Amino acid sequence: MSDWYRDFANSGVGTTLVKQFGLPRPAVLRRYSPGQPLLDGPALVGSAGDGRLRAEIESVLEEDGVTVLSPVTADGGKGPKVAAVVLDATGLTTPADLASAHDFLAPAVKRLGTNGRVVVLGEVPGDAPSPALAAARQALDGLVRSLAKELRAGATANLVYVPTGAEASVPGPLRFFLSGRSAYVDGQTVTLSAADVPSGDGGTTPLAGTVAVVTGAARGIGASIAEVLGRDGAHVVAVDIPAAGQSLAQVANRVGGTALQLDITAPDAAQRLVEHLRERHGGADVVVHNAGITRDKLLVNMDAARWNSVLAVNLQAQLDITQALLEADGALEPGARVVAVSSQSGIAGNRGQTNYSASKAGVIGMVRAWAPEFASRGATINAVAPGFIVTEMTAKMPFGTREVGARLNSLQQGGLPVDVAEAIAWLAQPASAGVNGQVLRVCGQNLLGA
Amino acid sequence: MTRKAAIVGGNRIPFARSNKKYARASNQDMLTATIDGLVARYGLAGEQVGEVVAGAVLKHARDFNLTREAVLGSQLSPTTPAYDVQQACGTGLEAAVLVANKIALGQIESGIAGGTDTTSDAPLAVNDDLRHVLIALNNAKTLPDRLKLLGKIRPGQLVPDQPRNVEPRTGLSMGEHAAQTAKVWEVSRESQDELAVASHHNLAAAYDRGFFDDLVTPFLGLTRDDNLRADSSVEKLATLKPVFGKGEGATMTAANSTPLTDGASAVLLASDEWAAQHSLPVLAHLVDAQTAAVDYVHGGEGLLMAPAYAMPVMLARNDLTLQDFDLYEIHEAFASTVLSTMKAWEDPAFCKEKLGLDAPLGSIDRAKLNVNGSSLAAGHPFAATGGRIVASLAKQLHDLGPGKRGLISICAAGGQGVVAILES
Repeated sequence: MSDWYRDFANSGVGTTLVKQFGLPRPAVLRRYSPGQPLLDGPALVGSAGDGRLRAEIESVLEEDGVTVLSPVTADGGKGPKVAAVVLDATGLTTPADLASAHDFLAPAVKRLGTNGRVVVLGEVPGDAPSPALAAARQALDGLVRSLAKELRAGATANLVYVPTGAEASVPGPLRFFLSGRSAYVDGQTVTLSAADVPSGDGGTTPLAGTVAVVTGAARGIGASIAEVLGRDGAHVVAVDIPAAGQSLAQVANRVGGTALQLDITAPDAAQRLVEHLRERHGGADVVVHNAGITRDKLLVNMDAARWNSVLAVNLQAQLDITQALLEADGALEPGARVVAVSSQSGIAGNRGQTNYSASKAGVIGMVRAWAPEFASRGATINAVAPGFIVTEMTAKMPFGTREVGARLNSLQQGGLPVDVAEAIAWLAQPASAGVNGQVLRVCGQNLLGA
Repeated sequence: MTRKAAIVGGNRIPFARSNKKYARASNQDMLTATIDGLVARYGLAGEQVGEVVAGAVLKHARDFNLTREAVLGSQLSPTTPAYDVQQACGTGLEAAVLVANKIALGQIESGIAGGTDTTSDAPLAVNDDLRHVLIALNNAKTLPDRLKLLGKIRPGQLVPDQPRNVEPRTGLSMGEHAAQTAKVWEVSRESQDELAVASHHNLAAAYDRGFFDDLVTPFLGLTRDDNLRADSSVEKLATLKPVFGKGEGATMTAANSTPLTDGASAVLLASDEWAAQHSLPVLAHLVDAQTAAVDYVHGGEGLLMAPAYAMPVMLARNDLTLQDFDLYEIHEAFASTVLSTMKAWEDPAFCKEKLGLDAPLGSIDRAKLNVNGSSLAAGHPFAATGGRIVASLAKQLHDLGPGKRGLISICAAGGQGVVAILES
């Protein structure tokens, strides 16, 4: 499914035309492929106040062979293009210090190249001892969200809150937001927590030796998740309803995994999954709750069947299976990663989707509530909320609705299933141990609920 | 010392009535999809198994190497050897026995046994008269010779030879043969209809409880056997007119006979060690098997009665009685075949005179018979039935717990039969 408008806007005559008419010019996003360098150019690293993460940031960049430029060479925005701008804002003490963030960012962002990356790291506002300090830290959120909306040519800006003691959690998330894996993640905030994080990034197969369960894996985003997890080294247990078995088998064989035909809403589904994992794989390292359905109707016209089936598949099954995995000895490996697929609709709501939005908002409540228990096991549970993702489903939408839906975001294009899959695969990595209870939107900073 | 081969699991595509969902699918398409479903279920993509053995009863000439071609088109390693077998409706079970025997002898550690058949994509052959002319034409050396031969072609020779569901030596269809046997054993219309209804109800219930979730992979949009009638009833079946046999005594209808069907099945067998190395389950072991054949042409025995003869041989060898089993799978070619076979085992005269036994083999508990439905409900793509039965029975035995025994009996064209014992 090609983006005809993006391709046109980047063609010879198209570039001229869209400029003349002031039309958006969506970029061809830089997406990850194994072996790709972290960045295609140097990175500018600066601080606002007396930051404590400069060493962490610079060592990640240097390990990955990225040239680190210091702020003085920002040079009023006149220097050569850079691939990334990283601001350590953990040193903020008052709102007045924000001026130094502006001093660094303004010339630095001017030098940002195509598909550039802005990553800001700050302290957690809620941990601040004074209202003024909390205000300064929270201010970063507004700054980054607005900057993300100003950036063009596929560039993104994201914010990482790093509480004291969670410094070791920084490399994984920093790499994600700099890399092509986060191509469609824009204007987002992730709050880290302290955790035992293994060293290194796992190279091209960060999931080697792991077993990953993916529900709803026969088609669309689920198939893409299976492929990306498989590519990253996981043995994928691809789960879908028995009726989807033919395409499920194809997905499983393509990624060298196994197919498990299972209706996740069946009363014994969780038990059957647990038994399957124990017998065949020992246990699961990664569980991705992706299976979901829509049964759209305005609330006043919605019958019980539409309501109940959506809640059963999208929410109750996630709860039941996660609970069963937690209770069964060995079904979840130590340090397991659970990723639940939520939705933009669960954050912003959507007309005709009260049932769907309720289920997807419920998923967010679920991961937040479970995060402490998972942390105590050295595990994590997070949600990913896709925005407008181009799939077979969106291909069937009317042209106008689809085009508007696809453009209403800072990257001016719909995302691809692989963008959701990359975010999930990142959360599944050992290096993401410090990301827990988070909701990551993969939406190109969609205007809905932004 | 030999070892027993383990049945790890199976896969089949839903069976489709002739000229319906699989009308355009070839035997190779169906067998390949079935193997791929098995590969996906057991994580064998890119792996080499010891051997793949399968066959088809109705086979195109181009499919001379059907199973090997299916392997090459599948996700198995291309270094996996394969060969074809054909024993009419016994093909699937015979293939499993062949694989199991090589595993038992230590010649291979793992193997896949299967079968496929289509009555929709059937091989039409050039009729013999035309074929002889065409061969001569190919051999002719001069233009006048060729023209002379071309002049010999007559319109009648352009009618293709169709495969027919008849015994070559009697010219009778299998249904007509079965009707003769049903008459001999006085099998009532009601008992046949009851057996057919039970088959449909059992198969539907098995689907509903998810029994086939790890035995069947959908194909071409079909998710369940399309011959299955969950709402089948004796009252409904009683309204049908007989299609086999003649006059008053005719009892066999379209409902208590299996329809022509398309489909494929495959079973994964292995040594216990191979299964353990691959973290795969052992559902059951294939303990023993026996074939028999009867002289239905001039010997006065029914075409489909050979399993009745194979059974006592196998039971004696294993020191077992007919009642020593927890489950029975008697292939429902026709309801009357199942009932005739069971009547024969209960009959003192038959058991003494034909089987040479002092006492009859006795009756079997009907509650243990075809508990998840059989061919009357699922359909019967000839070579695919054995694989369907072996995998389903092995799973059901495994669910009952260790040490449970199951008995399989399959009749085949040409007056042949295959029986086998599985044990969990």
